[in-house]
Amino acid sequence: MSAVTRKNRDGRKRARLISGKAGSLLRIVFSLAITFFGLLLVTFLIGRVLPIDPVLAAVGDRAPQDVYDRVREEMGLNLPLWQQFFIYISNVVQGDFGQSVLTANPVIEDIKRVFPATLELATLATFIGVVLGIPAGVFAAINKGKWPDHVVRVIGLAGYSMPIFWLGLMGLLVFYMKLDWVAGPGRLDAFYIDFIEPTTGLMLIDTLIEGDMDLFWNAVSHIILPASILAYFSLAYIARMTRSFMLEQLSQEYILTARVKGISEHRIIWRHALGNVMVPLVTVIALSYANLLEGSVLTEIIFAWPGLGLYITNSLLNADMNAVLGGTVVVGAVFIGVNMLSDVLYRLLDPRARR
Amino acid sequence: MSNDPLLNVKNLKVTFNTPKGEVNAVRGVSFSLGRERLGIVGESGSGKSQTGRAILGLTAANGRITADELKFHDVDLANLTPKQWRKVRGARISMIMQDPKYSLNPVMTIGDQIIEAYREHHKVNAREARHRAIDMLEAVKIRDPERVFNSYPHEVSGGMGQRVMIAMMLIPEPELIIADEPTSALDVTVQLQVMAILDDLVRDRGMALIFISHDLHLVSSFCDRVLVMYQGHVVEELAASALHEAKHPYTKGLLNCLPKMDGDQSDLPILEREASWAEG
Repeated sequence: MSAVTRKNRDGRKRARLISGKAGSLLRIVFSLAITFFGLLLVTFLIGRVLPIDPVLAAVGDRAPQDVYDRVREEMGLNLPLWQQFFIYISNVVQGDFGQSVLTANPVIEDIKRVFPATLELATLATFIGVVLGIPAGVFAAINKGKWPDHVVRVIGLAGYSMPIFWLGLMGLLVFYMKLDWVAGPGRLDAFYIDFIEPTTGLMLIDTLIEGDMDLFWNAVSHIILPASILAYFSLAYIARMTRSFMLEQLSQEYILTARVKGISEHRIIWRHALGNVMVPLVTVIALSYANLLEGSVLTEIIFAWPGLGLYITNSLLNADMNAVLGGTVVVGAVFIGVNMLSDVLYRLLDPRARR
Repeated sequence: MSNDPLLNVKNLKVTFNTPKGEVNAVRGVSFSLGRERLGIVGESGSGKSQTGRAILGLTAANGRITADELKFHDVDLANLTPKQWRKVRGARISMIMQDPKYSLNPVMTIGDQIIEAYREHHKVNAREARHRAIDMLEAVKIRDPERVFNSYPHEVSGGMGQRVMIAMMLIPEPELIIADEPTSALDVTVQLQVMAILDDLVRDRGMALIFISHDLHLVSSFCDRVLVMYQGHVVEELAASALHEAKHPYTKGLLNCLPKMDGDQSDLPILEREASWAEG
């Protein structure tokens, strides 16, 4: 083959690669926009259909009729539904979810305050779940039917079936009250709370930014118990899925090829098989992460954790519709974001998915 | 061709424990192999593939291997620790699998998979290994070895994939290659090409070959000697040049099943089996 044709072909390949990347980026943005639009439409309609009168929630049920009418007009509720939706969308796009009746803050400010708490908890929990769950699943798979497999399965089953509020209370009783290994509810000891400037809202990072190691370790001892309890659930799920994906991969033909080559069993499992297991596992991990990001109400209540789950639940119980819709949109956006992230990772891990 | 045997197999049996009871896949196969090319022919379920796998100790976990003798040079293949096996597999005995679509790891580049096979048995740096791998890809007549080196298995054709497989299994320079239906998954047009490449390399490097196939004619054109297997037994052993001298009715039946180019042949004869063949 001459050098000229080879060069030509390389050039063509490069051109196709670029257009492919730009094209797929465009496709992703487009599908994101559609999904987000659908999310807004559904949350908006739910907000309008629910038998809750936002005017009443704002003015109270003893307000005279003319006040009621004026507030209703101010809220734009006299306009046709499509117009309301249009206004709603243009507000949301500018980051305006309206006022919260309950806290009297803009909803977006509230969410900026509560979401990092949930994000921090969920991320740490998922991290623990992945770091322990994957090896546990692999360990169970390579010892299928023997005692390590049974141990992992029993632990996993327990993680599935124990109610989280019970586990949380028991955790507090044992590790906080009796053993005093960890700190109690909240994100920091009450004494420290005003010491910290919320730069990112993530306590572990903010304390590091300020360089105060006492505060940092205090934050760690507060988050470790709720994070471990949430992690236990995602660990159980991740380990179970890892086990079954691993068993499937270990029976594949390419594993036999690797054995024929004389490669160590260690490398066969952790490089060859796990490389293929990670492809579907990424989706599993992303879904469990997204679930945690929604905020786990029970955990947040037990550990007095000022997170998103607690915020949305409180708002709902007080008919604070702006806050509920705002929270729901954020949760939906997080789901969309995490899904996109898992798509990107999927492509990185599986060359067959790169187009 | 030297006459000291490379591989000695006496009364090899492979039995599987299944929920439906014991299955005897191989029931007493014996042969010895020098630096030659031996064909093992038989229909599906005749035990030919299980014979090949037993030699590499890769029988599935529910299988049991017994043999009066299973020796490669003076290495007793029946009693090896996993660590000892790793010195035999790849380095001294290797196997070419059937379908590159399944037998190559889909998420590793072809180059990485070949290098891995080489570096497992040769202490060389990454540059040297890469160099060797590219040379090997050239040796299996891949025209653009650099590109294939960086490709993933799904990006190459079946014939190309099988050449990659050959390169990967031959690069540590084993003494014995077991080729288990190496061309069955390929298009007819590339079957002979791939076989010829394998044959060339095996001859050049003085390796021994066990060629497992269901295609009696393909086997006879690439081997010195042919074993015909039926239900776990060797029913006949022939020189490849003397297929027409086959005495066993099963071998004759197999030969007769092939359509002929000349002459009118409206019906292909059906193989009439007899229970006595299975007793060996």
